Amino acid sequence: METVPKPGSRVPPKKDKLQGKKKKPRRYWEEETTPTAAEASPGPPRKRKRNRELRPQKPKNTHSTKKSRISKKPQVPKKPRERRTPGPQRSLSGAQDPFAGPAPVPVEVVQKFCRLDKSKKLPRSETKIRSRLEAAEVQEEEISVKAARSELLLAEEPGFLEGEDGEDTAKICQADIVEAVDIASAAKHFDLNLRQFGPYRLNYSRTGRHLAFGGRRGHVASLDWVTKKLMCEINVMEAVRDIRFLHSEALLAVAQNRWLHIYDNQGIELHCIRRCDRITRLEFLPFHFLLATASETGFLTYLDVSVGKIVAALNARAGRLDVMTQNPYNAVIQLGHSNGTVSLWSPAMKEPLAKILCHRGGVRAVAVDSTGTHMATSGLDHQLKIFDLRGTFQPLSARTLPQGAGHLAFSQRGLLAAGTGDVVNIWAGQGKASPPSLEQPYLTHRLSGHVHGLQFCPFEDVLGVGHSGGITSMLVPGAAEPNFDGLESNPYRSRKQRQEWEVKALLEKVPAELICLDPRALAEVDVISLEQEKKERLERLGYDPDTKPPFQPKPKQKGRSSTASLVKRKRKVMDEEHRDKVRQSLEQQPQKQEKAKPVGARPSALDRFVR
Amino acid sequence: MKVKMLSRNPDSYVRETKLDLQRVPRNYDPTLHPFEVPREYVRALNATKLERVFAKPFLASLDGHRDGVSCLAKHPKSLATVLSGACDGEVRIWNLTKRKCIHMIQAHEGFVRGICTRFCGTSFFTVGDDKTVKQWKMDGPSFGEEEEPLHTILGKTVYTGIDHHWKEAVFATCGQQVDIWDEQRSSPICSMTWGFDSISSVKFNPVETFLLGSCASDRNIVLYDMRQATPLKKVILDMRTNTICWNPMEAFIFTAANEDYNLYTFDMRALDTPVMVHMDHVSAVLDVDYSPTGKDFVSASFDKSIRIFPVDKSRSREVYHTKRMQHVICVKWTSDSKYIMCGSDEMNIRLWKANASEKLGVLTSREKAATDYNQRLKEKFQHHPHIKRISRHRHLPKSIYSQIQEQRVMKEARRRKELNRIKHSKPGSVQRVSEKKKRVVAVVK
Repeated sequence: METVPKPGSRVPPKKDKLQGKKKKPRRYWEEETTPTAAEASPGPPRKRKRNRELRPQKPKNTHSTKKSRISKKPQVPKKPRERRTPGPQRSLSGAQDPFAGPAPVPVEVVQKFCRLDKSKKLPRSETKIRSRLEAAEVQEEEISVKAARSELLLAEEPGFLEGEDGEDTAKICQADIVEAVDIASAAKHFDLNLRQFGPYRLNYSRTGRHLAFGGRRGHVASLDWVTKKLMCEINVMEAVRDIRFLHSEALLAVAQNRWLHIYDNQGIELHCIRRCDRITRLEFLPFHFLLATASETGFLTYLDVSVGKIVAALNARAGRLDVMTQNPYNAVIQLGHSNGTVSLWSPAMKEPLAKILCHRGGVRAVAVDSTGTHMATSGLDHQLKIFDLRGTFQPLSARTLPQGAGHLAFSQRGLLAAGTGDVVNIWAGQGKASPPSLEQPYLTHRLSGHVHGLQFCPFEDVLGVGHSGGITSMLVPGAAEPNFDGLESNPYRSRKQRQEWEVKALLEKVPAELICLDPRALAEVDVISLEQEKKERLERLGYDPDTKPPFQPKPKQKGRSSTASLVKRKRKVMDEEHRDKVRQSLEQQPQKQEKAKPVGARPSALDRFVR
Repeated sequence: MKVKMLSRNPDSYVRETKLDLQRVPRNYDPTLHPFEVPREYVRALNATKLERVFAKPFLASLDGHRDGVSCLAKHPKSLATVLSGACDGEVRIWNLTKRKCIHMIQAHEGFVRGICTRFCGTSFFTVGDDKTVKQWKMDGPSFGEEEEPLHTILGKTVYTGIDHHWKEAVFATCGQQVDIWDEQRSSPICSMTWGFDSISSVKFNPVETFLLGSCASDRNIVLYDMRQATPLKKVILDMRTNTICWNPMEAFIFTAANEDYNLYTFDMRALDTPVMVHMDHVSAVLDVDYSPTGKDFVSASFDKSIRIFPVDKSRSREVYHTKRMQHVICVKWTSDSKYIMCGSDEMNIRLWKANASEKLGVLTSREKAATDYNQRLKEKFQHHPHIKRISRHRHLPKSIYSQIQEQRVMKEARRRKELNRIKHSKPGSVQRVSEKKKRVVAVVK
C-alpha cells in the first residue's frame, strides 16, 4: 500500500537534526534568502533566540505595547526580513510563524484615529480612578491601532493629476483631461446650457448622487446627475436666491424672493415658511436637522426641519447677510459681513461665539474645510486668505487675486476652488489636513458666464459650477474622498437603505444646544462644576471628607509599641510633612524676590521716593 | 500628463441579486464621522430612556399558600424548583417554569421557621415552632404511601433557623444556641452559645465551608468555626441584625440585614468597621441574599419593597414593589443569577427579573450586539446630569417616598446637631465619628 507523503513531513526530522538545530523549515516564498542566511552564519540565530527569550511575552505597560504595535516608520513592503526581526516563534510542531507577533502599523495612520490628547496629563486623582483612566487610555490606543489596521481594507485610491517634468497642471484644460480618462469619468464632465433663466445656484446632496440647481429667474430642477435622470423641473415664477437639499434628496429647500419654500423630489410644494422671509443664503446642518437661513433683514434663523419649529432667530446686527457657510466639523455657522469681519454663530448663544477681522473691505465669500481647521475668505480688497480655526484664528497665508474671488469652496480632500468672474481657480495642498498653497493653482477653467455658485461633489472628483450660462460639471482629479462609509452616506444606497438610514439619523439627532466650537467638549471632565460641587459639599458638611486624616502610628510588636516610640514615629512623619511644606514655599519664594528687585543698578538715594 | 480620476465600479458596491445582503463598505476615518461625541451622547440618552421604558421586572406571582410565607429555599441542582415554608406550617415545592405548586406538605404545627435543602438535592430539612427538625424527601411519597418525614428530631427548645453544610452531611440549627448536627444522629455534635439570647439565623460560609455566622437578638453577630467547640468572635451593632448572608465569591465578606433600616457589609478579618453601609430602606431589613456572581445582593424589607444593591455601593440600584405586596419576609436570588424571588406576608411568592430591563429568551446576535453597545454607551456617559437623572429615577409608593423625605430631614437635623456640638466645644474634645464606625458598638474576641 502506498501512502501519500504529507506536505509537512517531506523533510525527515532525523536529517534536520544532523544538519543542526538552527535550520528553519523552508517555505516556498523564502527559497533564496533563508538558506544562505542560515548557512553563512550559524551564530546569529542563536543570539536571536536568546533575545527572544529575554523579551517578555506580553508587554506590561502602555509604552511597551505602543512600541510593539506601532512601527516607527511607515511600513515598507520591500523588507520582509526586517519585519520579522522579533524572531519567528516556534510552535510545538517545530513549524515557524514567518510573520510572528502582531502586524506592524504605521504611526501616521494610527495618529489619524487617535482620539487621545497626549499633551494633557492625567489629573491627580484617587488610585482607583486613576487606574480606571489608564485602562481606558490603553483601550483607546488599542482601538486606534485596530482602526488603523482596517485601513488596509479600503478599496479605492484617490485620483491625481501630475504634469510631466515641469508641465504646469494649471494649463491642462478640461478637454485634455476628458480625453485622457476613462469613459465613465469622462461622462462626469458636462455643460448644461441654460442661458434663459440666469445665473444658477447649485447644491449636491450629501451622498453626492443628486444635484439641485435654481436659476435667478425661477427655474428649479433636481436630477440624478450620474445617470442624468431628471427628478423634477419646475418654474417657481419668482426669483430664486439659493437652493439646498435637506437631509436626503427627497426634500429641497428653495429660498425664493419672499419666503422659504420646501419642495419634494417631484416638485410638489410641501411647505411655505413665512417666518423666514427674504432669505439670501441657506445652509443645512445634517446631524442637527437644522436649516440655517441668512436674510436680507440681518437675521440668522435656525429652522428644525424634523419638527418644523424655529429653534433660534439671531439678529447679527450687521445689515444684510449674504455670505454664509457652515463649519462641517462643529456645525458653527460663519457669516461674512460688509465691515470685513467673519462672525461665528451657534443657536445656543445670542451673541457670536467669535468675530474675526479678515479683510479691509467687505467679505465676499467664506469656506471651511471638512476637518474644520482651515477657513478661506475672500474680500472686496481682492485678497484671498486662509485662516487657522483651531483656537488662534490667525491667517496662515494670503494672496491677492486680480479680480477677487466671489465664491469659495473646499473639497473633501482639502482642495480650494475660487470663482473669480468667469474663471474658476483650484488650489491644492500637500495632503488632507494641510492648507492649500496659494502660489500655484492646481487647475483653472474659463466658463461661458460669470460664476454664481460653486460646490465640490462629495465622493466624486467633480466640481459643480453654476454660472450665468447654466451649469458646468468640471473634472478635478483628487478632489474627493475615495472611500465612503456605507452607514453614513452611501451613493449607491437603495431605497430601503435610505429609509433605514433616515430613521437612524432622526433617532440620533443632535440637539441644537450642543453646537459649540469644540464638539468633543462633551466627553471631557467638567472641572468647573466639579469644583463648585466640592465647595458646596464642604460648606454643607462642615469638613472636607477628602482630606487625609492625621497620621496614627500602627501598633507594632510587643515592646516596640511603647508610648515613647509611638510619639517618636508620629513626630517623624510630622517633621517630614513640615519639611515638604518648607521646601515648597522656598521654591516659590525666589521667583517673587527676583520680580521685586529692580534689574541691575546700584541702590540710589532716590530709591526712597519710588513707590 | 498623468491623470487618474476616481472611478468606481458600481458592481462592487451594489448587491448582485435581490437575495443577497446589501454591501456596506466601511471607512473609519474620523473626518467622515463628524460629531462623534454628541451623537454617541444622544445614543446613550436614547438607550437610557429605552432602558427605563422596558424596565418591567415583575414576572409572576405564585399563589397557593394559606398564610404568610416565612422562608424560601433554592434547589441546589434544579433551577426550576423552589421550596417555601409558610406561617401555618405548610411547605410547598414549586415549579418555576410551569409556575405551579407541584407538591405540598403539612410539615409543622405553627410556623415553619426555617427550610434548607441538602447539597445533593434529594431531601430537605425544615424546622418549626413545634420544636422539631424534620427531614423530607424532595420527590414526595410514591403512590399509596403516606407523606412522612424521613427523620424527625424532637428538641427541647424552639428552633428558629436552619442551614445545611455545603459539602458534608452536617447541618446547623439555631434557637437558644447554635447546634451542629450530624444527619445520622439525633443529638447535636456540638452546641455553641455566647450570651443568653435567642439566635435568629445561622448561615454556613459557601467557600470556607467550616465557617458559620449567626445573629442574635442581643444585637450581635457571632462567627463560629465548626472545627472548634467555641465561637470565633462577635461584633455588636447598634440594633438587632435579622439575618446575614455570605458572599459566595469572597469568603471573608458577609452582609448583615439590620433593624436600623441599613445593611452592613463586613470583612470578617476586620469587624470594627464595616466595609460598606448600604442605606435606602425605610424600615427594618428582614432578609438578604447574594447573587451567585457576588457583585450584587438583594434585600427584603418591612417597608414592602425589595432593593438590589451593588456590593461596593452604599445606595441601591433598583427597587421593586407592587401595590399588593406587603411586608417582604424572605428573598432569594436564583442560581442562574437572572431572577429574584420574594415571599411576603400576603401569602404570595413573587418572581422578578434581576435586571429589570433585560429581554428574556434567546437573543439574536444583532440584538446582543446592540444591547452590548448600548450598555457601553450608558456606562460611558453615566455621569452626565441628564442621563444620570433618567437612569436613577424610580417611581416609589407614596408611603416609602414620604418616609424617605422624613428621614432625610431627621438625618440632616442629627448632622447639624453634631456639627454644632463640635463647633461649640473645645477643639478636639468632640471627635467626628464616621457613619461606618458609628454603628459598631464593640468587637469581642
